[in-house]
Amino acid sequence: MSTLEFFLAGTLSAATIFLLAALGELVAEKSGVLNLGVEGTMAISAAVGFVVTFETGNHLLGFALAGVSGMLLSLVFAVIAISFLANQVASGLAVGILGLGLSALIGRDYESRTIASTDGISIPYLSEIPLIGPVLFQQNIVVYLTFALALVIGFTLTHTRLGLAIRSTGENPHAAQALGFPVFLIRYCAVAFGGLLSGFAGAYASTIYTPLWADGMIAGRGWIAVALVVFGTWKTGRIAFGAMLFGMVSLGELIAQSMGANIPSQLLSSLPYIVTIVVLALISRDTVRMRLHAPFSLGEVFDGSESR
Amino acid sequence: MASSNTTPLLSLRNITKLYPTVIANDKINLDVMPSSIHAILGENGAGKSTLMKLAYGLIEADEGEIFWQGKPVDLRNTAAARKLGIGMVFQHFSLFETLSVVENISLTMPGSRKALSAKIIELGKRYKLDVNPEASVHSLSVGERQRVEIIRCLLQDLKLLILDEPTSVLPPQHIRSLFDALRTLRDNKVAILYISHKLEEIRELCDTATILRAGKVTGTVNPNEKTAKELATLMIGHDVPSVEARHTQRTGNDPLLTLSSVSFVNHDPFGTSLHNINLSVHSGEIVGIAGVSGNGQQELCRLISGEHIDKQLAANAIEMMGKPVAHLGAAARRQLGFSFVPEERLGRGAVPPMPLAKNALLTAFEHGMLNKGFLKKKAIEQYTEKCIEDFDVRCGGPDATANSLSGGNLQKYIVGRELMLAPKLLFVSQPTWGVDIGAATAIRQRLLDLREAGIAILVVSEELEELFEITDRMHVINSGTLSPSLVTAQLTPNDIGEYMIGNQNASANSAETAHAI
Amino acid sequence: MQFKLERRVEYSKKMLIATPIIAIVLSILVSSVLLAILNKPILLTMHSFFIAPFDNFYSITEIFLKFGPLLLIAQALAVGFRAKVWNIGAEGQMIMGAIAASAVPVYFVDSTSNWLLPAMIVLGALGGIAWASIAAILKTRYNANEILVTLMLSSIALQILYYLLLGPWKDPMGFNFPQTVMFQDEALFPPMFSGVRLNVSIFIPIAFTIGIWLFMEKHFGGFKLVVGGLAPNAATYAGFSAKKAVWSSLLLAGFAAGIAGMSEVAGPIGQLQRSVTSGYGYSAIIVAYLGALNPIGIVFAAFFLSVLQIGGDVALVSADLPISAVHVFQGLLLIFYLSAYAFVNYRFHIVRPTLQPKANLTS
Repeated sequence: MSTLEFFLAGTLSAATIFLLAALGELVAEKSGVLNLGVEGTMAISAAVGFVVTFETGNHLLGFALAGVSGMLLSLVFAVIAISFLANQVASGLAVGILGLGLSALIGRDYESRTIASTDGISIPYLSEIPLIGPVLFQQNIVVYLTFALALVIGFTLTHTRLGLAIRSTGENPHAAQALGFPVFLIRYCAVAFGGLLSGFAGAYASTIYTPLWADGMIAGRGWIAVALVVFGTWKTGRIAFGAMLFGMVSLGELIAQSMGANIPSQLLSSLPYIVTIVVLALISRDTVRMRLHAPFSLGEVFDGSESR
Repeated sequence: MASSNTTPLLSLRNITKLYPTVIANDKINLDVMPSSIHAILGENGAGKSTLMKLAYGLIEADEGEIFWQGKPVDLRNTAAARKLGIGMVFQHFSLFETLSVVENISLTMPGSRKALSAKIIELGKRYKLDVNPEASVHSLSVGERQRVEIIRCLLQDLKLLILDEPTSVLPPQHIRSLFDALRTLRDNKVAILYISHKLEEIRELCDTATILRAGKVTGTVNPNEKTAKELATLMIGHDVPSVEARHTQRTGNDPLLTLSSVSFVNHDPFGTSLHNINLSVHSGEIVGIAGVSGNGQQELCRLISGEHIDKQLAANAIEMMGKPVAHLGAAARRQLGFSFVPEERLGRGAVPPMPLAKNALLTAFEHGMLNKGFLKKKAIEQYTEKCIEDFDVRCGGPDATANSLSGGNLQKYIVGRELMLAPKLLFVSQPTWGVDIGAATAIRQRLLDLREAGIAILVVSEELEELFEITDRMHVINSGTLSPSLVTAQLTPNDIGEYMIGNQNASANSAETAHAI
Repeated sequence: MQFKLERRVEYSKKMLIATPIIAIVLSILVSSVLLAILNKPILLTMHSFFIAPFDNFYSITEIFLKFGPLLLIAQALAVGFRAKVWNIGAEGQMIMGAIAASAVPVYFVDSTSNWLLPAMIVLGALGGIAWASIAAILKTRYNANEILVTLMLSSIALQILYYLLLGPWKDPMGFNFPQTVMFQDEALFPPMFSGVRLNVSIFIPIAFTIGIWLFMEKHFGGFKLVVGGLAPNAATYAGFSAKKAVWSSLLLAGFAAGIAGMSEVAGPIGQLQRSVTSGYGYSAIIVAYLGALNPIGIVFAAFFLSVLQIGGDVALVSADLPISAVHVFQGLLLIFYLSAYAFVNYRFHIVRPTLQPKANLTS
């Protein structure tokens, strides 16, 4: 692989982590629930995924249990924020703190251990096309599945009855309830689905992208995923684009080193955060677009009472 | 009566619903016959809406039984109600603004969007309820949204249609066509449960009326055979109180509020823009703004109150007491002698979980309540106590939280708090929304008395009767455009209706425009 | 039989006080189960956490050493949370306060001036304020979500710290450790008693608490912020500026966190190093909530979490319990607190089964 091919392929791989988590958050937010526990959810799942894969050598099992653990933690969030009507911001922070703490506990005996990385799938013929081949057609299967999932979620949200039910719950839970939708159930499911995807994102990070365990390895990527949903103004296509942008930015350190540029590594490490802030400010400034696309009841407590 | 069938379609037996502070429904009995229009009459807070929500499965009764075609049923959710053939049109619609008409309907109806669209058009033709299935709901007028809700009910195998105060959002002309559609429905074997507090309407439309007062049934009558006065007595226990208006000559001095060519481009895609608004209010007069909600009232209120400041406007585009205020905030305008009672009481006019004393601080803080920024507890409490006493606010004292008061009492408190500021210019939006008749009459009387005292008053209201009762002049707002000033004494509700639906040229009253301002 | 939450007419004062106690009890129960799973001695660990920190005078002074910065930051954060300004980046504001304050002893290594410490206090406060201002500008001018911005700023602050410690500010005699020179005595707060690390800077959070209490309970400014948080439309109606609320919340937090960072480098640490914040910025969020966002409640909550931190250190040794266990416990505390808080405004309502025999809908 040439250097350029390596970076482009790496971008897609890094983008997968952001995209998985952001898609999960998108579904939760579309139902009206702001789950800020993504960072903690990814952390606990990364730990579970790594430990399981390390102990069993079975990547699939690692992924599955990581997904389950992500779902369980997000259900804890759902209980506080949906059933006990707590402030969603605070609930997300609480679950995030718990997730980070638990991830450190789970991964304590595995610090700096590594597991065998998995090979990508080489698609015959296509993978031999120069430049495009290695970038697009030699990736891990999770990468393909994630981008396919983006399409499926985008279609479901805009063109299916299920998508309409989720969106209407997020826009006006009172009206949705009046129509007979199980608002609480829909929100629980959306949050759980978000947790599942965050879990997969964590597992991808710890078992495929960098197959090693280090405490704090999620390093803010969960938060960037939350920001990505805003960048993408709640649209899957734009979120996927944003994920690739961040995938590239997060490789900045490697790129700079390979080019021999003399830039402090701390500046490069800060780059994703700086870009997040700048893009966030640029997108949020357009209040009309935010108003058009943001789920209207996002972050608001819904207590199921019948009147507004 | 349209039916000889003796089995009621829907029967409620001894229905009781308790809320933490009130018994909303107390052993209610009700029989709705097939193919009839049955009114539920009662004033605000009588328990009408609670009863209808029970019948639609939105809430569950604490006690009592419900029968459908003579058989007991368990209406545990709205899906169960819809399955029986019960549909409901809400006062505040349950449509989703970001979805199109057909998307909204497909939320509860099976079938492809194409098939549903065809049905929507067909039903629209049959019942004269035209609506474009592909239109986005946020672009529809209130009347059109109501049609969508009715069509949604019609798409199911509808046997009973519940309508909650359907005319409160319509201009007079559209009320006719709604009534026609409802009569056609009745003749097509659909029973209608019609909730209202408007006596004349019920006498005109309904076959039977069940009257509620304070959660109890006070009578079931044929409204055609009763006078409005008799119905009112059943509804509130006595005759409808009326306000006493002494008419004074308007003083010819300068206006206390002037809007000169105010235009406002609304960046909110779900809001309304305002176009070239001209308006003035003098001391000693009440000027009303009529119109169907959603036509720019909200935006106009915020511009006048200072809650929204549009820097695009010239500073003197809005003048109060002769001073340019367009760039001043709400607190600064209040300092000039302006006072505002907003339409939402909880969350805007008052902070729901805060005690009344703290809520006094919200707008009256300049009235001796602060000492170098620190709160003067005594002064705040005195102000609150005086307000509670003078304005007959029924509550547990200054420590009672705003959300523990009934709508009427909270409105009296907010109006009182604003009047105690001794304003020269008072602006009230929807003064009697959701308020019981006693409190509403007291508030209207208070406004008339203030006019006599020489205060300039601007009132925005959806209740035409109210505007006719208290105003000297009126404007009508439609799609962000304000009609010329119209003299109330020379108007009929139909004239206003023409302006509401944007039919200015047809107005018989247009000759009067030159005369007023 | 079915349970539902039903809104109370007025909030329950009893539940408001009971909520943190319920949260603590439930957290202890759940963490006991976790300890059992980890195969750790439950009683010994609990003893380490809650009893051992009071074993001797030195240990008690250490509790107060943690108490200071936690109290200081939590008081400021709580003001913002009540105004619904979600500053969760106190960690970064604390780092920038520590950095700004450290500039003085780093650049005036040989100075013995009495002005060193006052200059550090001023710079520390300014450092925190400057960092918080970025979020305030982006929020008020660009509508950028302050949760994400303050959090990202914390990550950036950490990188700035690393850059300084590995580069220009590294102690030339420090064997390449990422830390600055040890500060001279004139750049340090004098200790309260000889032989302990607790120093006179503890009076700053105490004075700050009194100030915040006066502001929130007795002053119009606090009232305006609370109205903005409870009912933003009512604040606009009254004419209270939402932008001012964002600015004052963030500046207050920046100030408090900056001072907290400064008092760490001018106190127990005595130099600038990587672990300058000890996670106070995040723990303070829990303190603020556990104290019901109330200035007096926060005093108790800050003390409780300080004991917990010292206890965590004890348990690290006595039960070989990793420090992450403390984070788990903190997360549980907040989770149970938020859940139990529902009963301040709501109560259980038993939905009675309908009285008549149920008929099949289709029959």
